[in-house]
Amino acid sequence: MNALFIAALLLVLLGLSYQMGWSRSKKLAAAEGESMHSRPVYHGAFVAIWALLPALVVFGLWALFARSASDNYIISQLPPETSSLAQGEVTSAIQRVKSIASGFGVVGQADPVEAKAAEAYNQFRTLITLGVLAAAAGMGLLGLLWARSRIAKRFRARNEVELAIRIGLIACSAIAILTTLGIALSLIADALQFFSFVQPLDFFFGTSWNPRFQSTGSDAVGEYGLLPLLWGTIMVSGIAMLVAIPVGLMSAIYLSQYADYRVRNVVKPIIEVLAGIPTIVYGFFALVTVGPFLSSAGDLIGIDIRATSALTAGVVMGIMIIPFISSLSEDILHQVPNAMRDGSLGLGATKSETIVNVLVPAALPGIVGAVLLATSRAIGETMIVVLAAGNSPVLRLNPAEPVSTVTVTIVNQLTGDADFTSPQSLVAFALGLTLFAMTLLLNVVALYIVRRFREQYE
Amino acid sequence: MDIVQDKTAETAKSTPAPGTSDPGKRIRVSTRDVSVFYGEKQAMFDVSIDIPDRSVTSFIGPSGCGKSTFLRCINRMNDTIDGCRVSGVVELDGEDINRPDLDVVELRARVGMVFQKPNPFPKTIYQNVAYGPRIHGMTKNKAELDEIVVSSLQRAGLFEEVKDRLDQPGTGLSGGQQQRLCIARAIATRPEVLLMDEPCSALDPIATAIIEELIDELRENFTIVIVTHSMQQAARVSQKTAFFHLGKLIETGDTEQIFTNPKEQKTQDYITGRFG
Repeated sequence: MNALFIAALLLVLLGLSYQMGWSRSKKLAAAEGESMHSRPVYHGAFVAIWALLPALVVFGLWALFARSASDNYIISQLPPETSSLAQGEVTSAIQRVKSIASGFGVVGQADPVEAKAAEAYNQFRTLITLGVLAAAAGMGLLGLLWARSRIAKRFRARNEVELAIRIGLIACSAIAILTTLGIALSLIADALQFFSFVQPLDFFFGTSWNPRFQSTGSDAVGEYGLLPLLWGTIMVSGIAMLVAIPVGLMSAIYLSQYADYRVRNVVKPIIEVLAGIPTIVYGFFALVTVGPFLSSAGDLIGIDIRATSALTAGVVMGIMIIPFISSLSEDILHQVPNAMRDGSLGLGATKSETIVNVLVPAALPGIVGAVLLATSRAIGETMIVVLAAGNSPVLRLNPAEPVSTVTVTIVNQLTGDADFTSPQSLVAFALGLTLFAMTLLLNVVALYIVRRFREQYE
Repeated sequence: MDIVQDKTAETAKSTPAPGTSDPGKRIRVSTRDVSVFYGEKQAMFDVSIDIPDRSVTSFIGPSGCGKSTFLRCINRMNDTIDGCRVSGVVELDGEDINRPDLDVVELRARVGMVFQKPNPFPKTIYQNVAYGPRIHGMTKNKAELDEIVVSSLQRAGLFEEVKDRLDQPGTGLSGGQQQRLCIARAIATRPEVLLMDEPCSALDPIATAIIEELIDELRENFTIVIVTHSMQQAARVSQKTAFFHLGKLIETGDTEQIFTNPKEQKTQDYITGRFG
């Protein structure tokens, strides 16, 4: 169905219904000579809601059932023996008719029966489209008239509109929650399929990662030990946090408590620019500049540091994360009431004593939130690690050696010719689920920390 | 305290500001031609006043007349405001508190402050009171600290109400209790001068009465300066009163004299409620 046409229909319905509600309310108010319970805008909005809602419901129902309805129609047009075919063949027969109908080419010559079915299908579609449009418009008009008839002097349109707004807001928050659930469920389904190939114990506690690709000829499934990857992720993000938390927090404290406001107005946006640099650019930076620098610095003091290593990736990722921590923490420190600061300074505390004893504890929940957000970013970060960590899924303790992380491995397993029934590809979903669970756990821990140590100032 | 008293002779030498000569008390805080600027705007104009020891001095005047700003000059809290500049001389026991080598932290330990809105830290009642003594390393051990906390709370008239919940957050107290907690916190550092910036403006009459009683008791040991909107309060608690208007000190003198026989027409108008 033409989306533009539907949008136009809905817009016309919206304008018309709002105008009708509004003008009727005005007219009533003038006739009664007294004030109405609600202002005309609310009556207009009320009628508009009741005009749009039925129309949207009609379109929604059509979107739900359109596919099965048209499939059933096509089957009814094809010879009766088609429906007794296997599931896959029926689907492909239907697909052929649809392709012919929409004018795309099909493999081989179109059968006369198929051509006829396609023609009928086209007519059916036009008819249904018109029908649905008419139904939507009709339902909309019915809703409009019903709502309009309810307008009266004491009718509480304002309350009804407020209720509708509230329901709309609830629906929006529900979308966010349902999406999270949906992502988790879709991961779980594929991950379970993976665990039909590999024992969960071997996956979660295996220390060796070697997923032989089937193209190498053997049927062997390969080894899928999670630990080397998990350790790589933990090490790289740990190094990143070691870099980012002190630097970010200190710069936040400097900016919010020591810096002149003119300095802050210049410096803060510059730091925030760091957050806008694409991570692949950080990857170059790590690969070309930081890696060789760390390596030669290591030579100077006699430590062997590889140019692509957990250290390189971690340091650069830490730099990437600094603005998250500094900018958010600065905002939060700024929000601590000045009365707190003055109270401490008034007792003869120094600036740094005030910061350590009063400001940071009061801002702690927010700071933990900022750190957590940054950690989640670090765990999920991919491009820097792809370029700078060396992509070597081996369990090593030394951060100066190459590692690989969960995210990089997901990329490796899913790029190229991915066959979504093989364990080599499916393992990506198990890895994704692990990442998901990790960040969830982090959130829970952080929530606990915040509840436990929060010092509420109001 | 003892060391400070040696300076009495020195302080007495400085010329007393007009209208504040009182042979009975020595002068604790003395200002000469203090002006305050917020950026380009001048908020206080050439204020000179002497504040006597161990008595209550109240600053009255209509909103925005600069009484709080002037109060904050005495412990240099105006330093914390961006773009605020103070000129003139503020002396505490004859020492210029604005001279560059003065340690502002030490100054604020000697000149305590209670703010308009109760601002207990988001910590326990005990930690709130122990904050100052801890920071200044005033105690050798936990027992001494306990002693300071308890005696400060007692003097602030709060101990009986909170003795069973010293480990509860100070923010959970009622407004009047919070303000008394802030007073306890301020006197725990054993300041010599206590500045109170409208300490009762957020409180009900009962809590106000408790705090006024407290101020009267504290006068025995502290030099108290209180900013207040309530003329009745000024009359009740203070011995000296200074009337400010539009950033200028209009009149200063004994409270009784100010309220019964003001010299200036503006003071007369204000205390009789003709403006403000």
